[in-house]
Amino acid sequence: MNNLTKVGWVTVMGMIALAILPPYFLLTGQAFYMDLATRLVILGIAAVSLNLILGFGGMVSFGHAAFIGLGAYAVGIPSYHATWGGFDLIASYNGLLHLVLALGVSALFALITGAISLRTKGVYFIMITMAFGQMAFFLFQSLDVYNGDDGLTIDVRSELPFINLDSPMQLYGLSYISLVIAMLLVKTIVNSRFGMVLQGAKGNNERMVTLGYNTYLYRLAAYVISGVMCGYAGFLLGNFTTFISPDMMHWTRSGELMFMVILGGAATAFGPVLGSSVFILVEEILSSFTIFWHLPFGLMLIGVVLFIRGGLMGLFKGKGK
Amino acid sequence: MKRLLSAALAATMLTGLAQAAEVKIGFVTTLTTGGAVVGKDQEKAVNLAIEHMGGKMGGLDINLIFGDDGFKPETGKQVTDKLVKQDNVDFVAGYIWSHVLLASRKSVLDAGKFLISANAGPGPVAGKLCHENFFSSSWQNDQTPMAMGEVLNQKGVKSIYVIAPNYAAGKGMVAGVKRTFKGEILGVDMTTWPTQLDFSAELAKAKASGAEGLFVFYPGKAGGAFMKQYQQAGLKNSLPLYTVFSVDALSLPKFQAANFTDVLGSQFTQQWDPTIDNAQNKRFVADFRAKHGAYPSFYAAQAYDSMFLIQSAVDAVGGDLTNMDGMRAAMKSASYSSVRGDYTYGNNHMPIQAFYLREVVKDSGGNWTTKIVQTVYDAHQDTYAKDCSMN
Amino acid sequence: MDYTLLFVQVLNGLQLGLLLFLVASGLTLVFGILDFVNLAHGSIYMIGAFICASLTFVLGNFLWAVLVALPLTGIVGYALERIVARNLYDKDHLDHVLGTFGLVLVLDTSAHILWGPAGITVPLPLWLDGQVELFTGAVIPVFRLLIIGTGLTVATGLFWLVNYTRLGMLIRAGASNRTMVSALGIDIQTLFALVFALGAMLSGLAGMLIAPITGANIGMGGQIIITAFVVIIIGGIGSMKGAFIAAIIIGLIDTLGRSFLDTLFTLIMNENAAETAAPAVSAMMIYILMAVILAVKPQGLFPPKVR
Repeated sequence: MNNLTKVGWVTVMGMIALAILPPYFLLTGQAFYMDLATRLVILGIAAVSLNLILGFGGMVSFGHAAFIGLGAYAVGIPSYHATWGGFDLIASYNGLLHLVLALGVSALFALITGAISLRTKGVYFIMITMAFGQMAFFLFQSLDVYNGDDGLTIDVRSELPFINLDSPMQLYGLSYISLVIAMLLVKTIVNSRFGMVLQGAKGNNERMVTLGYNTYLYRLAAYVISGVMCGYAGFLLGNFTTFISPDMMHWTRSGELMFMVILGGAATAFGPVLGSSVFILVEEILSSFTIFWHLPFGLMLIGVVLFIRGGLMGLFKGKGK
Repeated sequence: MKRLLSAALAATMLTGLAQAAEVKIGFVTTLTTGGAVVGKDQEKAVNLAIEHMGGKMGGLDINLIFGDDGFKPETGKQVTDKLVKQDNVDFVAGYIWSHVLLASRKSVLDAGKFLISANAGPGPVAGKLCHENFFSSSWQNDQTPMAMGEVLNQKGVKSIYVIAPNYAAGKGMVAGVKRTFKGEILGVDMTTWPTQLDFSAELAKAKASGAEGLFVFYPGKAGGAFMKQYQQAGLKNSLPLYTVFSVDALSLPKFQAANFTDVLGSQFTQQWDPTIDNAQNKRFVADFRAKHGAYPSFYAAQAYDSMFLIQSAVDAVGGDLTNMDGMRAAMKSASYSSVRGDYTYGNNHMPIQAFYLREVVKDSGGNWTTKIVQTVYDAHQDTYAKDCSMN
Repeated sequence: MDYTLLFVQVLNGLQLGLLLFLVASGLTLVFGILDFVNLAHGSIYMIGAFICASLTFVLGNFLWAVLVALPLTGIVGYALERIVARNLYDKDHLDHVLGTFGLVLVLDTSAHILWGPAGITVPLPLWLDGQVELFTGAVIPVFRLLIIGTGLTVATGLFWLVNYTRLGMLIRAGASNRTMVSALGIDIQTLFALVFALGAMLSGLAGMLIAPITGANIGMGGQIIITAFVVIIIGGIGSMKGAFIAAIIIGLIDTLGRSFLDTLFTLIMNENAAETAAPAVSAMMIYILMAVILAVKPQGLFPPKVR
């Protein structure tokens, strides 16, 4: 362990804390903190997925919450129909079906919106992804069957083999393991030849094109992978909250995901998880003191931007790496 | 972080020991965003109620915890989860917004706690989703517009145009007025909620429809914006306005400050009014005005009632909070003194109560407030009760 | 087709579009020239509305309040530039977004603390509070005509400023080549602060104009800022002409969508479903428009010439 950098230490310690603390809270009767941790870990997965394209690929997606929503509705809609009837084709509590739907729909949505969005660059890319996110938001808002804006209560969670999602401990275990896998997956991708091209295109696109790479396709592939991972986070979130609404896809939610990544430190392995943890915990702590918690929270965000380079992970970048 | 959480942990364990001697009540309302104006009024009323009780119910101290729903269903559910799981409250009350209530109800009811709505009354909660541990200290959404539909019939209005926000309560209001109004509905506009505050396009449509009246539902700050624009559009004579829940004791002082005299004389239906003549109401209104310098709104009145409803339950079982059946039976009997006067509960635990037509007037001190013009219903029950499987 | 209704709705759309232009013009100036993404631009819109609303009660007249509130809003903008924005210019866009989002939270909460959650209803002088009948059936509130008039006047003024004055020349030069302008011996810091304050005044003016209609409310900035961004993206960042055209288009689409879409929808679905779907879809249309425009022209309608 001696050859770990400071950043490495923070990552390992952080992940160990996430593995131990929440179950401890649950066993000591602090179910609410377990809930908080579950939300945090699931949003961590979403932030990790966003970091793949935002941090390593330079594609600032401002519409990523749409994938969370799609994943969640992939649980909610079949479950709703299995309870109240109608739409026999997908009406089911079968978790595998929900999962396939969540991943499939996310992939399709990412493929279509990515193909169009990647024609643009910079701020225009930010805004066009936001536009697609808003379209998804308003689409679900307009669906009267699923209560539109009022949202949908999931009465029965996805039924999976071996895992009972009604158990907070098992749901947390699944989320935590998923987070670890997501982080490893992003690491593998980033260190592969594919990842090299992706990062190369972020730094100097012309050069990669001259070298003979079709960077558009590389980027599109990364965008779809990121979208699918985020859709998976949505699948978990739907099962966790058991209440889903179009609000999950609103641009402010996409903004929060973005803030988590930047706050923690873009293009780092643990940054997104640190960002989502700090974001959610600080929000929870501040809001228990005052209803005006947005004020110190805002000051904190401004402070981070002004005084720390590269987000909170920048604090640990003293030496090494 | 770890230290902070374990400190929180230790603190809750300590309170756990002391828990036996108190009744814990969570009150979920809106304390941030523009919706906070309603939430603050409820907060004042709840605190006044506790003061009037001397801080005790059934011999137990009252431990009141407010939760802020941030005007969002998801946040409302999260804060409800926290009240139920972390604070381990015995009752959860509050809920201004129907969609927040719908999102949160399961968290409370699955945990075996009592849920008291102090405002929201969406149809499903009164019908197929009715629950033995749910009670309302307000009304079912459709009731108030149904009373307004009745008023429209009495006034001989032949056709109306309808404008309401596009969320659970808005849909309930439209359904309600459609149910009783016998004339023709020439058009319905549902607007984006809660973001849309400019109604120029909808007002132009309403005017062009040639309707004899305009039925509107805009709670909170949107109500003020709507009234203002209605007046600016100069429709007072050509398209009379009939509202529910859009003019209240929160917007009237603002209108008075802006000298917006058009609102004087406007009429709307409701189950309560500050002038209702009973001891409980007189005390509530007088003390509220003395303390806060303004009339309480209907939101405040219902929040005040919700606390006394809970008190009647805790009193009935002599502070034995494990006696759920006893508390439920006590609440079901609605035997507490409500500021609206006596009412009863239907099988779905929704009030069967009187509805009045209220009018905006100046009081003897020149303050803008309301008075009762007529009684529309003596004892009205909502239409969803038949879908509820409880007896 | 009811042509009177159509005419009235076009005017309503125009009024909404011009308000949007006031907000978007400041945003596009700051973005185009300072290369600074300012999410807090919408909060200045709210602050303008609140300052004006408070002053209306102090001074007793809405118009006087606007005249005093305008420079005050400019000062707020100037202060924000000095304290926060200036320190962010040399960071990248992501830092701008995070930092100004923090600023939004700070400003919105401060407004909540200062003015309370209730918002303020703003009274108008009697002559502005009435209506005029342009022709039979077309009755328009006088105040909405005033907004249209103000919007058009400000738009004309801005074109003149940007195209025919020394400040405008510097602004244009600064947008395309920052180093060159400072090489000319121009104090670029002061220029930037002035542009920022001007943008704040424009946004604040929009807030003041909407206040008598919707009231001054906390949170009103968050709703307009994203639409304003859509406007400047469609128009092309930094382009005043683009912002104007895009703002009018979006104002018209939004209003006409709200007016006629539900009737259109009843042709293909039942009445209840149409009532729910129409407002959502009409809100969706501006995003569809933006996506289509960007798919065809990846830099908006009037892309900046030199960067």
